[in-house]
Amino acid sequence: MGKRLAAMFWALLFLAVPVLGVATFAIAPAYDHWLPKDVSEHGQSIDSLFYFILALTGVVFVVTEVILFWFMWKYDASRRPEGATYLQGSHTLEVVWTIIPAATLLFLAIYQMNAWADVKMRRPVMSPTVEVVARQFEWRLRYPGRDGTLGTADDLFLVNDLHLPIDEDVLVQLKSMDVLHSFFLPNVRIKQDAVPGMKIPVWFKAREVGEFDIVCAELCGWGHYKMKGRVTFETRAEFDAWLERKYAEQQAVQPQTEVARAD
Amino acid sequence: MTPPTAATASPTIAHGPATLVVPRKHRPVAEFLSTYVFSKDHKVIGLQFLFSTLLWFLVGGLLALAVRWQVAWPWSDVPVVGKLFAQEGGQMSPEFYTMLFTMHASVMIFLVIIPILAGAFGNFLIPLMIGADDMAFPTLNMLSYWFMWPAFIAFTASFFVEGGAASGGWTSYPPLSTNPASSPASGMGQTLWLLGLTLVGVSSMLGSVNYMTTIILMRAPGMTMFRLPMTIWAMFITAILQAFALPVLTAAGFMQLTDRLLGTGFFSPEGSMVNNAISGAGGGQPLLWQHLFWFYSHPAVYIMILPAMGMVSDILTVFARKPLFGYRPMVYSIAGIAGLGFIVWGHHMFMSGMNPALGITFMVSTMMIALPSAVKTFNWLGTLWGGKIQFTTSMLFALSFVSMFIIGGLSGIFMAATPVDIFIHDTYFIVAHFHYVLFAGTAMGVWAAIYFWFPKMFGRTMNEFWGKVHFFLTFIFLNGTFFTMHILGAVGFPRRLADAYHYETFHHLQPLNAFMTYCAMGMVATQVIFAANFIYSMFWGPVAGRNPWNANTLEWTAPSPPGHGNFDYQPVVYRGPYEYSVPGVEKDHLMQTDPPNAAAAAAAAH
Repeated sequence: MGKRLAAMFWALLFLAVPVLGVATFAIAPAYDHWLPKDVSEHGQSIDSLFYFILALTGVVFVVTEVILFWFMWKYDASRRPEGATYLQGSHTLEVVWTIIPAATLLFLAIYQMNAWADVKMRRPVMSPTVEVVARQFEWRLRYPGRDGTLGTADDLFLVNDLHLPIDEDVLVQLKSMDVLHSFFLPNVRIKQDAVPGMKIPVWFKAREVGEFDIVCAELCGWGHYKMKGRVTFETRAEFDAWLERKYAEQQAVQPQTEVARAD
Repeated sequence: MTPPTAATASPTIAHGPATLVVPRKHRPVAEFLSTYVFSKDHKVIGLQFLFSTLLWFLVGGLLALAVRWQVAWPWSDVPVVGKLFAQEGGQMSPEFYTMLFTMHASVMIFLVIIPILAGAFGNFLIPLMIGADDMAFPTLNMLSYWFMWPAFIAFTASFFVEGGAASGGWTSYPPLSTNPASSPASGMGQTLWLLGLTLVGVSSMLGSVNYMTTIILMRAPGMTMFRLPMTIWAMFITAILQAFALPVLTAAGFMQLTDRLLGTGFFSPEGSMVNNAISGAGGGQPLLWQHLFWFYSHPAVYIMILPAMGMVSDILTVFARKPLFGYRPMVYSIAGIAGLGFIVWGHHMFMSGMNPALGITFMVSTMMIALPSAVKTFNWLGTLWGGKIQFTTSMLFALSFVSMFIIGGLSGIFMAATPVDIFIHDTYFIVAHFHYVLFAGTAMGVWAAIYFWFPKMFGRTMNEFWGKVHFFLTFIFLNGTFFTMHILGAVGFPRRLADAYHYETFHHLQPLNAFMTYCAMGMVATQVIFAANFIYSMFWGPVAGRNPWNANTLEWTAPSPPGHGNFDYQPVVYRGPYEYSVPGVEKDHLMQTDPPNAAAAAAAAH
């Protein structure tokens, strides 16, 4: 009897894995421990893919863990005086549990390609809205200025305070001055490493105004944790006004030629 | 226990080293050294690996605790050891934190998991399970252990050099790791790290050629490849992986070393500056390192799990008293994992700036590698189906390996999906994933193996009651620590940040992190029970016979512990390793050495 109780105890311990596992995922959103607010246009496709995979793996997780529990419960030695069933395998089962996951995984692989291509491959045809240059431990920003072209004398320089217009494509030209960094906008579902020697285009469209975090997501040294920026999404009119204001401030502090040389 | 042939013959395959340990009474020191220190006996070498790696396991665990302290309560005084190591006031600096997680991962991967699987269990089990008297190259084998020591020394010394131990992450991405101006630890500490890594690689390579040769050439009569236990198949395929992948890491390590010491600039692009100083010669590419590094380190992920899968497969059959479900599919799926393992390394680089179209091909291969893992899981469940399950400590750890590997395997699919990876890359989601595979998977498998083969190693069994207490607490605390990491990952909580709470997105996550740190403390504290049980049982545990678990494989026909040369008679193999509960046979298992006529006779008498 003691052995049976022990076996039941262990089986139930293993049953706790799917029960508490599912419960954790069910409760977390209620306490705001969940995907942060998404304000991007493409974020929807990423989040729904996340939920799709969560549901799919969730079902597999629960089914396999419950089977494990059930076998522990049912085939406990103290209930099996007749001994184990001699069984070396089943060709049919092997075929079934190879083909079904293979088809599912292949479907998943093909299904997601479009979302990936949207975020990383179908670059809009436009000149960069802003250049972001990462360096230890700040985000240096460069706007094209009044002439709309990067690399000219009237470029506008800022640090960590990124402003972008909503409801239109923006193209960020991402560079790094020193080591690897990663440009992570949790609320825009954007992440891209900044690599010294490379100019990497990043594009997205924000749908809502607001102020959000810019996080460095690639280890860049001791100050990695504090490489924080802010991105402000605003309407085109507000954005233009802000650009004008910042441009005036820069003009007041530094003559244009100095700025050009600072590049 | 039925030794089939004459119990007189000493091992038939004799080679030189066996004569070296013939006792010489007039040279006790030399004898001691050759028996216990510079031993060429695979079992002694296996135990040397086991003891060394368990000690490093402790070091790695304490480093992890320190990491957890900072994540839960940033900038607060570290209790007890704070005064010793950290800056004034006992608070840790961000440099120190960066060093902690780098060295935690480096120690756990290079000094614990890889050497405990291949070095400790590979060494101890391969000759015993294939019926050989030792490894094919005993001297190489000895060297494979002693090459670990310069690595141990290099890693240890790096903590004490100026700037501290390596802090570029265990992946050591340049330019952070190559340019001394970029990080205080990117000086001597990083050089010692590269040195240690290379030496661990030499050790692995010496082991790898030895394991392959031994398994191919030294199997006992009748031990065909498809009568090998899964443990040996896993060790064999792991050895092949190491032999093919390691040279790339070694070359990459040397390139990084020359970048640092000679200014070769393999990984530094033209014109990159650090702290306003020009960095290196230029003309290189930081992504080159990532490709070379992951070309080794992704297969290394399988080097860190396949042997545990093999051992768990064997342990499940013994305590379910059932044949392994689908032996051949299990072998093929290990081979499939190993083969595909070479073409998925790019999935570590989806966000790296690598061509996104190339990312798609790596995404497809990564999706497909989930398939053999799924097949293995279904076969483990199939093995339990209709069994007669004995809940020993070893079995509980093996079952938890299956349960936890399911979580680790499924969470991998999130990262493999490139669009989702955009959000969760380099967050705690990936930290959860690899801890479920490597701690909740491999480490639990290693504990299953320790409890299981302990009687063969020391001739005594470990205490079952305390073993179960150890299991229960470890199981609870590990899930408390690691399962919650998925939730952090879903919020986008980035890894490797000394303090993330000043971000609006993450400021509310501190209580959850504190909970995880309490669990981690409990998990480390629980290991005291294991250590005490281990040491006590080594000397005072109940004496085990040759075959305490009624298992089938060859090591259980040898004495416990086996003497030098292993077997007191030449084992001859008549069948596969999983003949449990064969219908019509009196006892519930047929050892690989039980002659067929005896089995037939038993069946006839039934």
